[in-house]
Amino acid sequence: MSTIVLLIITGLGLGALYFLVASGLSLIYGLMGVLNFAHGSFLTLGAFAGLEIARRMDGASWITLFASLVVGAVVGAVVAAATEFFLIRRLYNRHIEQVLVTVGLALATVALFDGIWGTDPTYVTGPAWFSETTEILGAKVPNDRFVLIIAAVLVLLGIVLFLKFTRFGLIIRAGVENRSMVTALGIDVRKAFTVVFAIGGAAAGLGGVLASHYFGYVSPQLGGSLLIFAFIVTVIGGLGSLAGAAIASALVAVLQQFANYYLGGTGDLTVVLLLAAVLLIRPTGLLGSKA
Amino acid sequence: MTAPILRVEGLGARIAGQQVVESVTFEVPARGVTALLGRNGVGKTSTLKGILGLIERWGAVEFNGERIDNLATHRIIQSGIGYVPEDREVFASLSVAENMRLAERNGGPNRELVDELFPELLARAGQLAGTLSGGQQQMVSLARALVNDNTLLLIDEPTKGLAPLIVLDVTTALGRAAEAVPILLVEQNLQVVRALADTVVVLESGLVVFTGPANEFLDNEELTTELLGVHLTDVGATGDNA
Amino acid sequence: MKLLTHMKPWMWWAVGGAIAVFAALLPLINLSIPGILPGPTYTPGTLQLLALALLFSSLALSYHLLFGVGGMLSFGHALYFALGAYGLGIVLKTTQLSLVPAMGLTVAAVICIAYLLGALSLRVTGISFAMVTLAFAQAGNVLVRRNPQITGGDEGLQLETQNVPDFLLGVLNTRNLYWVALALLIIVFIVVALFEHSRAGHVVTATRENELRVRVIGIRPFMVKLVTFSIASVLAALVGMVHLLLQSGVTARASSADFTLTILVIVVLGGVGSRWGAVVGAIVYTLLDQRLTALASSDAIAGLPAILRIPLSEPLFILGTLFILVVLFLPGGIAGAVQRMDKGGVRRNPAKETSSEIARDKIEEVT
Repeated sequence: MSTIVLLIITGLGLGALYFLVASGLSLIYGLMGVLNFAHGSFLTLGAFAGLEIARRMDGASWITLFASLVVGAVVGAVVAAATEFFLIRRLYNRHIEQVLVTVGLALATVALFDGIWGTDPTYVTGPAWFSETTEILGAKVPNDRFVLIIAAVLVLLGIVLFLKFTRFGLIIRAGVENRSMVTALGIDVRKAFTVVFAIGGAAAGLGGVLASHYFGYVSPQLGGSLLIFAFIVTVIGGLGSLAGAAIASALVAVLQQFANYYLGGTGDLTVVLLLAAVLLIRPTGLLGSKA
Repeated sequence: MTAPILRVEGLGARIAGQQVVESVTFEVPARGVTALLGRNGVGKTSTLKGILGLIERWGAVEFNGERIDNLATHRIIQSGIGYVPEDREVFASLSVAENMRLAERNGGPNRELVDELFPELLARAGQLAGTLSGGQQQMVSLARALVNDNTLLLIDEPTKGLAPLIVLDVTTALGRAAEAVPILLVEQNLQVVRALADTVVVLESGLVVFTGPANEFLDNEELTTELLGVHLTDVGATGDNA
Repeated sequence: MKLLTHMKPWMWWAVGGAIAVFAALLPLINLSIPGILPGPTYTPGTLQLLALALLFSSLALSYHLLFGVGGMLSFGHALYFALGAYGLGIVLKTTQLSLVPAMGLTVAAVICIAYLLGALSLRVTGISFAMVTLAFAQAGNVLVRRNPQITGGDEGLQLETQNVPDFLLGVLNTRNLYWVALALLIIVFIVVALFEHSRAGHVVTATRENELRVRVIGIRPFMVKLVTFSIASVLAALVGMVHLLLQSGVTARASSADFTLTILVIVVLGGVGSRWGAVVGAIVYTLLDQRLTALASSDAIAGLPAILRIPLSEPLFILGTLFILVVLFLPGGIAGAVQRMDKGGVRRNPAKETSSEIARDKIEEVT
């Protein structure tokens, strides 16, 4: 029982990371039809930004953690918005080229991170409470899991409220459904593009700082390895569906933990098999409408 | 006669590499309803979309004396053109109120007129547009265009697939709107055209083949049969699409 | 100057043949191109690099078939390259088969796997297809790294030389491997060209442009795409096999997503939709990669301030940036640029349209 609880909570913690990446991917794809390969780099950069803050302040304090989370999110948002504004926008409506630009950016930035921070992992320490455990139903659960889950839930809530109650949110929801009709109502939908990139980048940057505490290190490959699972999550959840991304994140990560524990470390393969199964049964994903 | 509100000269358009409009030239007078007619697939909808830049287009389009053929769609709309697309294209996952909020520019100056024309929408403000009937969706789509102060309306098949009673409502609403704003109307139902249109522009294979007063065209059975493939008497009987 | 425009197809083939003959003679002559090649063309080091460039050309051509011709944006093409390399390596290690039957067995296995995974991936199109192929390739990468007893894990798999003919082994025989790589490139080029001009090729091109149209005339695009996918995969596997021989082994990088992206970069650099572009792109990329790596570790770079030194010492940073610039400012890649120059700088971009129009005409002919 305690093992199962531990696996579920750890899985949800990992799922929280997937969601922080997948939410942005899903929003961007839903509105713009762009698969953003550079999203992993937003995460990695957020993580390194958080690391630099921790290096300059007292790494074990809560204030430092909070500051690094904020800085990670801001850096992610700014870089993502700049990516949209300077690179993606020039290729308006040319989806393949847009994807290719993000591929190039992903390659170039990972190499740049290699050059700046080195290829080896840099270890990260947070507040002592992070590495302690809390007992739930007999399971000793590392505390960082809870922070991850709470952060992801807050981000989900924040995005939902933003979509529901702001003018940009309204434009984004309408644009996901029918982008050309939004322009035909006299709205410059490109501003919304920058906004979704900024939101996605902020979530990813935040995720980067949290991931560095979950894994205990930062490396230039951090974002790329999470990105692949985030891709799988967005396909399983249904491209462009935020709720689908949330459900699939939890599902995929928990399944992965169970397979790793009970089926001899086959978590990654199980996830790919799940993807194959979803494609066979429901090619549009759990909550997707368009293939 | 005053200057036309819209001048289209040599407009061509392409969708996914396929040319759908060859070279269309016509004018829309600054008053009344101009009907754009032609058989199915002749490029009427594409002409409207080309004017608005919703599809790849070339040629000259002059609105209110200014060239708009280089502007992005949202700029064209902002310059004072209301668009009611074929098949309504309401945002199904948004409420009626949200659909309206999205469309309103400068606070939606004609809200009172819209409320008067479509009182039903007021009662259904919170309902998701996707759950409305076809007629109600058409009202939302029209309301989105009428709520703003426009100097031209482009309206694409507003009565398509609607029940006869609703067709009457829509026609009435269009008649009211036309008192204030000139309209370029694509419409298959020739009864509606007869009721509303002052001028007709007829397309065939991507080109304009007839321009003139509406009655002159509609009363000439030879012309309507040749260019629209319909007999007016048949249309009169069914009142439906040709 | 409209030289290229007026060239007839047979002229292209004649020029291609002449280049092939010249390439075949390279190991026998003493040609030095300082700054581009590390040494004279007869030296094993240079031949190794050139052979690598030829293999990348073949691989790029196989990806051209998939993406440029078939419009299938796969992010998992490296999987089939890796299947070829690891498959052959494992067969040679665990059986007593000699080289050719071992290759045959590997090809058979690759056909089955490509068909199966292709059928699954092609249930979705566009971006979903890209993500799904990426996921499958990633699973392959995980399998390779998690099973070191079979694949050598992260260390990589050494080539078991016992059943490999002697003339393909050792540094001194690099030129034989170079010729093998050249022969493979010629074969792949011809196969791809023939496929493009076959009925299936026209159908798949037409499908890329307008799937609905193809459905309407009663062809199932799925099967044609699957066949294209399988052929491209087998070609990639063949390249993987020769790569195994050339490098005397294979590492886990061959199955990574980065490697697929490298192939994609090459094809886009050369010009999507152009066979010659794929070949030229691969050669340019391989030489550039090698030169940039040499530059990165050079003294000139080490002496620069950090802000210049760090980016310049990362070849992938430069290549990635170059790639972005090509996508933004050089549509059609190298092939597109050459074409535009040839047409006297007039901006014309109907290359794709024309080919699709031809495809459409052809498809109407055959039905």
